[in-house]
Amino acid sequence: MAYSAAYKYTKTHEWVCVEGLAGSVGITDYAQSSLGDIVFVELPKIGDKVQAGKNFGSVESVKAVSDLYAPVSGTVTEINEALNSAPETINADANLTWLYKFDVADAGELTSLATLLDASAYETFVSEETGH
Amino acid sequence: MSTMTAVPEVEAATKFVGTPKKVSTHVNQNEGLIFEKSSPGKKAYRLAELDVPAIDAKKLLGPALRTDLGAMPELSEIEIIRHFTRLSTWNYAIDLGMYPLGSCTMKYNGRVNEAVSRLEGIAEAHPYQPQALAQGCLQIMKTLEDALIEITGMDAITLQPAAGAHGEFTGILMVRAYHESRGNARRKIIVPDSAHGTNPATAAVVGYEVANLKSNAQGMVDLAELERMVDEDTAALMLTNPSTIGVFESDIHKIADILHAKGALLYMDGANMNALVGKTRPGDFGVDVMHLNLHKTFSTPHGGGGPGSGPVACKAILEPFLPKPIVVTEDDGSLALSFDRPQSVGRVRIFYGNFGMFVRALAYILANGPDGLRQTTEDAVLNANYLRAKLKNAFELPFQQPSLHEVVFSDKLQAKNGVKTGDMGKRLIDYGFHAYTVSFPLVVSGAMMIEPTESESREELDLLVDALKQIAREAAENPELVRTAPHSTRLQRLDETAAARKPVLRWRGQAETGLEVGTPAKEW
Repeated sequence: MAYSAAYKYTKTHEWVCVEGLAGSVGITDYAQSSLGDIVFVELPKIGDKVQAGKNFGSVESVKAVSDLYAPVSGTVTEINEALNSAPETINADANLTWLYKFDVADAGELTSLATLLDASAYETFVSEETGH
Repeated sequence: MSTMTAVPEVEAATKFVGTPKKVSTHVNQNEGLIFEKSSPGKKAYRLAELDVPAIDAKKLLGPALRTDLGAMPELSEIEIIRHFTRLSTWNYAIDLGMYPLGSCTMKYNGRVNEAVSRLEGIAEAHPYQPQALAQGCLQIMKTLEDALIEITGMDAITLQPAAGAHGEFTGILMVRAYHESRGNARRKIIVPDSAHGTNPATAAVVGYEVANLKSNAQGMVDLAELERMVDEDTAALMLTNPSTIGVFESDIHKIADILHAKGALLYMDGANMNALVGKTRPGDFGVDVMHLNLHKTFSTPHGGGGPGSGPVACKAILEPFLPKPIVVTEDDGSLALSFDRPQSVGRVRIFYGNFGMFVRALAYILANGPDGLRQTTEDAVLNANYLRAKLKNAFELPFQQPSLHEVVFSDKLQAKNGVKTGDMGKRLIDYGFHAYTVSFPLVVSGAMMIEPTESESREELDLLVDALKQIAREAAENPELVRTAPHSTRLQRLDETAAARKPVLRWRGQAETGLEVGTPAKEW
């Protein structure tokens, strides 16, 4: 599956889509395919302050539970509650399934974006990590 | 990276070519739930006539008297016996065949353990027996404690924790109490990404922040990264040695030094002690506190309810924090339980722990003796390396270092045909084995983790080798057969995803379970 050029990616396999002072976060297609069938998603709460590189929740598949890390800092404004009853949506389309949306107070908070991978760098990273 | 396209050449023993055959089909493949077999009024007991004045329970209990007992199954005695005996024939057990489950050390539970634990004075002992009349039991605990201290090279021990994760919890509580006694509990515990999932869970439950230490390319602790992470706020590192890929952390003393330089402690998960007993001692390579799994290393029952037992051994600096009571020797030479432990983390288990397991573990230790235990370790390592040598052409070996008591392959060669580790594990059931450990450790994609233990003879190991080679061949020639396995079991492939997403945890009558009545089990 092609990775959207509009997103930025972490080495821990989350994607972030930023528009202005708001954005959304999900996990990558590679992440969902290596996890397998996802059975539970632990989301942050609205109003939570997430910090770049810090844990904000977890995703559980039939194989394992994996921690999720925020790509950039911000305040959670919306969570994808539909995932509570239909976590399989992530398996179906990880790139379009956001987990939470967030706001930042000012553009200064978005400086960490520059340290993230763009789509082609992420694809290279994944192919190095998997060795194929 | 070079891509391997050739399918590995795998010769399979002729005895496993074709579909494996079961000896017979059970007559009782479709045993219902005990609730479904119930009919009103049946009883499996007859009480003697009342020979004391009858008591009106309603008067005694008032509104607390329960009249509706809910859905209790009603059956006759022979029906109950047949029901559970039939269910028991569906079990797989170590007495039926090998459990090559990596990281679990599913070894033979010697009959001598059972014989000893059934001696009348031991089996009939009561936890409230006065200490003067329980000297034998206390002596068993003391002797086991001394033996485990000798084996681990530590200074003190508690036998209380009920299993491995409970031992971790106890050990990290002690770490916390130790740091608190020095004025600062600290905030962080470091856990490698290859660790058992219970390690980070333990740290979190005890109130620590978990810092994830990424393994290096060899799957081992990255010393430079560790050095960078350890600071004055680090309470401990939780390390499994040998690691979960079955390789000894040869830099373990450097790891200990890095931690100790910052006042942090080294916790060792003793899950893999079966590779170390009689060969090296955690106490000698810098470990401050660790747990043992009597149900792994010391041959007490594992799985099926055990119960487990997870003693925690520690260095002298942590001794004041051990759970209470502890067994002490009085001036007159008698043994007693001491509760006078002001810095103790408290009791972590009712009474003294799973005493029956102490008896079995001690029987195992004494029956083997020091040389026998060392031989056990050597045989466990030999067996794992035999499997590694026999199977390395059939499956990818992600880490090349010499392995100890277990070996981790991956499904990389078979995954090209869409056959994953879980599929091959399920196919192994058709060949009469329990599956190996699938998808763990997480540092290996598609892990197939195999630990034969010392219990298996060469003949048994060869059966497993032949079965796995045949499965590798099937994965190349007929992947669908493996992807849909198992085929010879009572029920075929279960929908694990639906079971996790929409679990049915309680029987509420047939109408509500959503399961079809009389779903035909696969007769084969």
